[in-house]
Amino acid sequence: MIPLKDSAAGLYDWLERRLGLGKPAIEAAEHPIPRSSASWMYVFGSAATVLLVLQVVTGILLALTYTPSADEAWGSLQLLNHDITLGWLIRAIHGWGSDFMVAIVLIHMVQVFMFGAYKYPRELTWILGVFLLLMTLGMAFTGQVLRFDQDAYWGLGIGASITSRVPFIGGPMVHALLGGPIIGAQTLSRFFALHVFVIPGLLLAFAGLHILMVLRLGVNEWPMPGRIVSKATYDREYHELTEKDGVPFLPDAAWKDAVFAAAILLSVLACALILGPIGPGGQPDPTIIQTAPKPDFAFLWIYAVLAYLPADLETPFLFIAPVVAIVAMLALPLIAGEGEKHWSRRPIAVLMVAVIGVALGTFTHLGTYVPWSPVMEAWSGEVTPAAYLKDRTPLERQGAIVLQNKQCRNCHALGGVGGQRGPALDAIAVRMTEDQMIRQVLQGGGNMPAYGKALSPAETRALVAFLKTLRGPDNGAPATDASRSLTQITPTEKPATAPAPAEAH
Amino acid sequence: MTTPHEPAGAPSPVPAAPPEPQAQVHSRRAFLFKLSVALNGAVGAVLAVPMLGYILGPALKRDEKYKSWVPLGTVSDFPEGETRLVDFVNPVRTNSDGMTAKVACWVRRIQGDQFQVFAINCAHLGCPVRWFAQSRLFMCPCHGGAYYEDGSRASGPPERGLFEYQYSIVNGKLMIHAGQMPTLSNEACNQKKPLIQIEPQQQDTATDGRAEG
Repeated sequence: MIPLKDSAAGLYDWLERRLGLGKPAIEAAEHPIPRSSASWMYVFGSAATVLLVLQVVTGILLALTYTPSADEAWGSLQLLNHDITLGWLIRAIHGWGSDFMVAIVLIHMVQVFMFGAYKYPRELTWILGVFLLLMTLGMAFTGQVLRFDQDAYWGLGIGASITSRVPFIGGPMVHALLGGPIIGAQTLSRFFALHVFVIPGLLLAFAGLHILMVLRLGVNEWPMPGRIVSKATYDREYHELTEKDGVPFLPDAAWKDAVFAAAILLSVLACALILGPIGPGGQPDPTIIQTAPKPDFAFLWIYAVLAYLPADLETPFLFIAPVVAIVAMLALPLIAGEGEKHWSRRPIAVLMVAVIGVALGTFTHLGTYVPWSPVMEAWSGEVTPAAYLKDRTPLERQGAIVLQNKQCRNCHALGGVGGQRGPALDAIAVRMTEDQMIRQVLQGGGNMPAYGKALSPAETRALVAFLKTLRGPDNGAPATDASRSLTQITPTEKPATAPAPAEAH
Repeated sequence: MTTPHEPAGAPSPVPAAPPEPQAQVHSRRAFLFKLSVALNGAVGAVLAVPMLGYILGPALKRDEKYKSWVPLGTVSDFPEGETRLVDFVNPVRTNSDGMTAKVACWVRRIQGDQFQVFAINCAHLGCPVRWFAQSRLFMCPCHGGAYYEDGSRASGPPERGLFEYQYSIVNGKLMIHAGQMPTLSNEACNQKKPLIQIEPQQQDTATDGRAEG
């Protein structure tokens, strides 16, 4: 009777004699790293890898049910959500895992950037990392398309419209993207192939090379102010750090990676259990137009930028800015491959992270409540504040009806409710005179359409009569025409220097 | 292809061959190896042609091949002075397109046989625009583009008016020339409309900013 331990060792020996993977694997796991690198700041890359594995596993599970066909995809997601045992949970884990992966990859990138880890000799590791970021975002976008609902359908429409702006070959590119003249079965299967075969294959290969290089070149040491990276001396200095003062990656640092990875996986599971699967939204029927399409969280900032760009800047920006950004990220380690690593000696790097972070955060926040979009149901669905109707003449009340009926509320709020495309109208009479209001309503301007053809003279009169009563919570003085007060000047009065809110005339 | 009988005749059994024949053999094998690499490159290039042709097939087809005349209904279905939402099935479709083969459009009957048929897709980024009869405006839910009832640009990010389908009336039926998703790349050149079509009435007063009214 051979003891179990001996037989296990015997099996290992048998395999090792043939495979020969055990020894290099153990060597890799125990490779020395700088003592300072066994840190909680160095856990994001491994967490991203663990999330990638989670996405692959849950993705394969989803593929057991999902039908990548335009007429059945939406139904198969409903099947997953409601009929297949635990299908909803697998979908939820895959969806939240995707959000977590985008977030962790971004955090990993910021950490590497702030710690100067892209400098010599890890330039190529960073460059592959840039491609890994792009592929992660590519997976997030194509995954959103596979959730073949209204947002996916119109999101593809936005993608096709952007592609169509490419000079000269925009038209053929749209057809290549959609796999035909319209968004349909060929479109979905193209994105399925991208999401399931092409990008994951590249992603796994690049991630493998990325990790291989981390092992080959060693984990970045904790940067110290004044410790300059130089191609001439770095290898020797790093060798000293690892050989004299180093610790083995396993177990000294690995336990932190493992704990963090477990925490992230549990967070994904918690989100999945509490918040459930993401979508699908309404069915992808292009004739149901009562929809306000919106991209997933990771792309909300682009959606916001597209609303704010001036029209004539839009096309150049769409095609030049991404190229500049990607080239800048790829070129970074080649241009700044030496020098200071510590963030306290790299103020521009810190400033860049801060500015980019604030910009992305602001645009994403704006993307969550889309102040530029008309609120399509505000005109028929929102209440006119009672105070705005109290003690008003029939003409003024008629004007309130005109304001609702002509969809003004879709873009203008009253009492904090309504669209934010145009300014709120609660105190409009304090800012604009009667003449200005009439001109603005009839001729439009700024960002407002002209309503001259949609309003009769009687409607205009009633509308402006109502608008003149809107003077804000403190009942401010109505706006006056400064030029008129000048023409009515009396000899005793001094000319006013500013169009002060004089008493009503 | 790489002459399998050659190595047998090669002077491999000679252990201490003088350097010249060794180099000669080596250079021949190196040449054969290079030849085989070139051969594989050529085969790869030949194979790539059908593969790329398959992927890019939809792009190589001319726009006109996708389009055909689609009936939208009899003229009397559309009251004069009104704009109505109409669905049709795209003439180019596959069995598995399902509901995505359907296309919506806005039909405006001006009077008599005078029509305008607008694409549902906003000229900005393709979102579905909605018609508001009371304010006589099309509004887009995505980025707030707005158009007047004749499809011309009213405000917001679009650079031009709504895309229009060509229409004709055959035996009292309204037909449109449709078949592909309208985008700037196909409609802008087909329609002979200037890409930038800012309303002249706005030019005197309007500035680009979102200045308050």
